[in-house]
Amino acid sequence: MDYINAIILLLNFTILPALTYGSQLALGAIFVTLIYGILRFANFATGDMMSFGTMFAVLLTYYFQSIGLNLGFLPTALLTIPIAIFMMIFYMLIIDKFVFSYYRIKKSPPVQLAMVSVGVMFVTQAIIRIIIGPSDRRFLDGEKFILKATEFKQMTGLNEGLTIKSTQIITIAVTIVVVSIMFWFLNKTKTGTSMRAYSDNEDLALLSGIDPKKVVLITWIIAGILATIGGVLYGLDKSYRPFVYFNNMLPIFAAAIVGGIGNPYGAFLGGYVIAFAEIFLTYAYKKFFAYILPETLEPNSLVQLLSTDYKFAISFSILVIVLLFRPSGIFEGKKI
Amino acid sequence: MAFFEGNKMTAGYGDGPDIITSCSLNVNKGEIVAILGPNGAGKSTAMKSLLGLLKLKSGYVKINDEDISKLSPQDRVKKGISFVPQTKNVFAELTVQENLEIGAFLREDDIQSVISEIYELFPILSEKKSQIVGELSGGQRQQVALGRALMIKPSVLMLDEPTAGVSPIVMDELFEHIIKIKKTNVAVIMVEQNAKQALSISDRGYVLVTGQNKFEGSGEDLLNDPEVRRSFLGV
Repeated sequence: MDYINAIILLLNFTILPALTYGSQLALGAIFVTLIYGILRFANFATGDMMSFGTMFAVLLTYYFQSIGLNLGFLPTALLTIPIAIFMMIFYMLIIDKFVFSYYRIKKSPPVQLAMVSVGVMFVTQAIIRIIIGPSDRRFLDGEKFILKATEFKQMTGLNEGLTIKSTQIITIAVTIVVVSIMFWFLNKTKTGTSMRAYSDNEDLALLSGIDPKKVVLITWIIAGILATIGGVLYGLDKSYRPFVYFNNMLPIFAAAIVGGIGNPYGAFLGGYVIAFAEIFLTYAYKKFFAYILPETLEPNSLVQLLSTDYKFAISFSILVIVLLFRPSGIFEGKKI
Repeated sequence: MAFFEGNKMTAGYGDGPDIITSCSLNVNKGEIVAILGPNGAGKSTAMKSLLGLLKLKSGYVKINDEDISKLSPQDRVKKGISFVPQTKNVFAELTVQENLEIGAFLREDDIQSVISEIYELFPILSEKKSQIVGELSGGQRQQVALGRALMIKPSVLMLDEPTAGVSPIVMDELFEHIIKIKKTNVAVIMVEQNAKQALSISDRGYVLVTGQNKFEGSGEDLLNDPEVRRSFLGV
């Protein structure tokens, strides 16, 4: 029995990747929840908007690399994020002006706006395919690992190695910073409070003199920041492939709904719930049990609850279970 | 010349029929005016017209002798007209303090002194300032609603059925607060179902029937008018 090796094994193959993946989902889920809470519709273009922002980061990374601009051991993509965010917000505001605002002023029901966002999703997908194409792209450069498995083994003398990828630390650190700033903005500033007020009671907010245009504008700006950063972090960690971003919409929506849609704290935590559930349920525990059980009880099979092919089924199942038993989400708390 | 007046207002919803026709109301600073009448008489419609939530087909609304008939509700708020709707009149997911801060959204100056004035007027709110309004009782919510509306230091305060759905004890308490508000030199207009109690604290009252002025006079006169008593007060 070897508990330390077992813990390192889990840390390396489940906890660290789940924290990383959870952070990426959390950013997307907060995006969904903000749009739902303030603009009052489920935005089906979420995944593709994240992809759209990331596309600029990829293209700019290639350009910066070609002119020799880089951040040393950090990925060049981090340098491109501000410009990509700017492009993303610009695109969102154009879409809002020509598409969403028409339905908002008409006070269309949320279902209609959701259907409109499906249209936006297809258009966005098409634009992405025209500009960058559907293929898989890696744009990570700089130092890949902070800690390599072999180094860790040498340092500690353990059997199991712990690998810490730079993208994992970057993802977790950037998420903490971005989410903290966003919560501070929503809770402590006058503009943030006015956005929560608008989300809570639109008519009274208007009577209090809150400018709806400004609220909508700031919502899209925050959404653009979250979508781009979430998308770039995911792309750096895995790779950039437009179709995968579209697929990620399911776990992102699941995270937002698990957290209680409209509740940004819930969406943030929901991202981790979904990520941990996906990874814990699809991990093969054979080696883990080999460490903690006596040799005679060592399992013969992989001890994998579900094949990784079924990871989307997990998000979907969680979504259905939450909607059946706790439709307001599993976390209590303030809505946006 | 009254401080705030709606003169010969005619209005309706969309292309539908006129709900109020040639309806005139006015109120002076430091005065409470009650708008009474049976269901469907156009009381709330008259109030919405004064606020600009409905477009007037004819007539005008003036404050301090300035015509504001063409202004949007938000711009009228800037002129010092505050409104407390009958339902959904608080931000239920925000704290008491945040509700007051949003009430003063248009104010650029330091609002702390106004907030402490509100807490003096409604001491219970000061105790509950960081509580979510959705968790408060009905009477306390109404106080939050009044407090929010007072944050812009309005010269005209319009209340749409402030005592709807609260217990008689709370109703008396709310009326006391409304009298206190009036004493700060605010013009108060309220639509009320509890006609008798409303008239007893009002300086004047209007009785609307099918969108037109039917009776008007001091609170006392209306209370003693046999016809008003018979048709609206149920005595």
